Amino acid sequence: MTAALQVEGLNRNFGALHVTRDVNLTLERGARRALIGPNGAGKTTLINLITGVLRPSSGRVLLNGDDITATSQALRARRGLARTFQINQLFRGLTVLENIVMTIGERDGENNNLWRPAGAKRSVIDEALDHLESLRLVDDALRLVRELPYGRQRLVEIAMALAQKPRVLLLDEPAAGVPSSESHLILDVVASLDPDIAVLIIEHDMDVVFRFAKEITVLVQGAVFTQGTPDEIMTNAEVRAVYLGEDGHTATQKAGQRGSHHG
Amino acid sequence: MAVSDTMTAPAKPAASREQAANFLIKRHRFHAAEALPWLFAIAVYFIFPDRMTFGSQVLVMIMFALSLDLILGYAGIVTLGHAAFFGIGAYTVGLGAAKLGWTEPISGLFAAAIVAGLVGFITGWFLLRYRGLTLLMLTLATAIMLQEAGNLRSDISGGYDGLPGLTFDPLFGKFDYDLYGHTYYIYALVALAVVFYVVRRIVYSPFGAALTGIRENVRRMHAIGSPVHRRLVTVYTIAAAIAGVAGALFTQTNAYVTLTVFDFDNSAKVMVMLILGGTGRLYGAFLGAAVYMILEDHLSKMSPTFWQFGIGLLLVLAVLFARRGLMGLIEDAGRYIAKRRQP
Repeated sequence: MTAALQVEGLNRNFGALHVTRDVNLTLERGARRALIGPNGAGKTTLINLITGVLRPSSGRVLLNGDDITATSQALRARRGLARTFQINQLFRGLTVLENIVMTIGERDGENNNLWRPAGAKRSVIDEALDHLESLRLVDDALRLVRELPYGRQRLVEIAMALAQKPRVLLLDEPAAGVPSSESHLILDVVASLDPDIAVLIIEHDMDVVFRFAKEITVLVQGAVFTQGTPDEIMTNAEVRAVYLGEDGHTATQKAGQRGSHHG
Repeated sequence: MAVSDTMTAPAKPAASREQAANFLIKRHRFHAAEALPWLFAIAVYFIFPDRMTFGSQVLVMIMFALSLDLILGYAGIVTLGHAAFFGIGAYTVGLGAAKLGWTEPISGLFAAAIVAGLVGFITGWFLLRYRGLTLLMLTLATAIMLQEAGNLRSDISGGYDGLPGLTFDPLFGKFDYDLYGHTYYIYALVALAVVFYVVRRIVYSPFGAALTGIRENVRRMHAIGSPVHRRLVTVYTIAAAIAGVAGALFTQTNAYVTLTVFDFDNSAKVMVMLILGGTGRLYGAFLGAAVYMILEDHLSKMSPTFWQFGIGLLLVLAVLFARRGLMGLIEDAGRYIAKRRQP
């Protein structure tokens, strides 16, 4: 069976700065993988490389076995690769419902239509409302996104990604900036995602990571430091060193060397 | 828009679902108040029969501003070269009549739309990869280059002296051009109504929604799979075609055209009109163009040297106190009244 997402030997430089080093990563169908690592490890860069916001200096990205390294961001999205952003990227001046309808419209090619009234297709509106209902956002459907509390906006962010009906979903710190009193809502949603979707989640909260992920990839200085099950990662002394900074310097040096081994 | 009045507390999920769905389903329907500008335009025909030539010019500028609203107000494309397409339309019918003997007016409008749309498509394809200041400069340069090309071949274009004394056939072979411009006022009004209907359909279509999405957050549009460049080129081409029709009407109503149609002044003026009236609101183009033209007309009679001061003052006031233009003020007033009625 081909993997839902496969990243092979991915590199990216910004001038002399090597932000992604020989990264290999595989998401099987239905995978639940967490991507962790200290600040500046290149986690978001990796997401940007996978989704096509950035082009890699070398390496390949495969979606369901097809090489998509050269395809545009939009085409990747239409092929079933969805993401959420670390900082909300929403249509703030539009209603919550319009945000979701927009997403469905692009997915189904509805938005190519210049003549039919936008509200004429009941099925699209109903599907959008279904998505909102599953995230308990129906009561906010007609509010402008910018009027919503931040926690609710994070939910809209996820609702949009789900409305794309993705095969692969990349979640970039879904609960970032949300007060802990509200974050459980988001994490419940993440925990109950469709088991068919392959999910990669970037998260700093280790409780969330260990609760959600079946596999964990640790990224340090742009390279894969190690991968494994939550238990393996939890007991890994080097990972603890990187995170707790006991001996961060040697650990990160080691990461540089290891990157090439993994490549 | 109607967001605030649909926000009453929901009772059941099914009820709030229905309420939310209705907001989208009913939004594109015509509102009774939308008849006002049209009734007003018809009233003008009967009240000011001796100002019909000026009236036609206002209608032309409304159409021009409407085309800019499509790209600036909805898609968020900033351009200082929109006069390029107005000018191309103006010269399409001008040269057609002067050099080719193509004097049938209505087919001239279609020809202008096609030529201007074609140029819009080609320039848009290249320029719309850029945004912001870069795009501003490139669109400006496009209009200047066209103007200079016309200047270079003034043997064809007539240069800044223009193509004078153009004649056009009577409309449908029956209704001739009269000294007071009555026929052309009706003609321009009908053309504007047709164009407005098209623009309104586009704005309320899923494509129109996607344009708003590009304006609101282009990063998100890419992420949800929107072919952003294609959408922008499409709307730019349509707007160029409409600006071309406005330019063609301009030539036909004036019976002459000079290279000044390509002026930076013309590009800037239409933008000022739109901002004054309110961007992204359809009727902002009506209000802005009408108020601007009437003020210009009165002020320039009062003070031929300083009339621009009045326009400038108005713009400063609009930017300071009515950021969403005159239409924004009207919307606020409407909301205020609605609130007071049902506390």
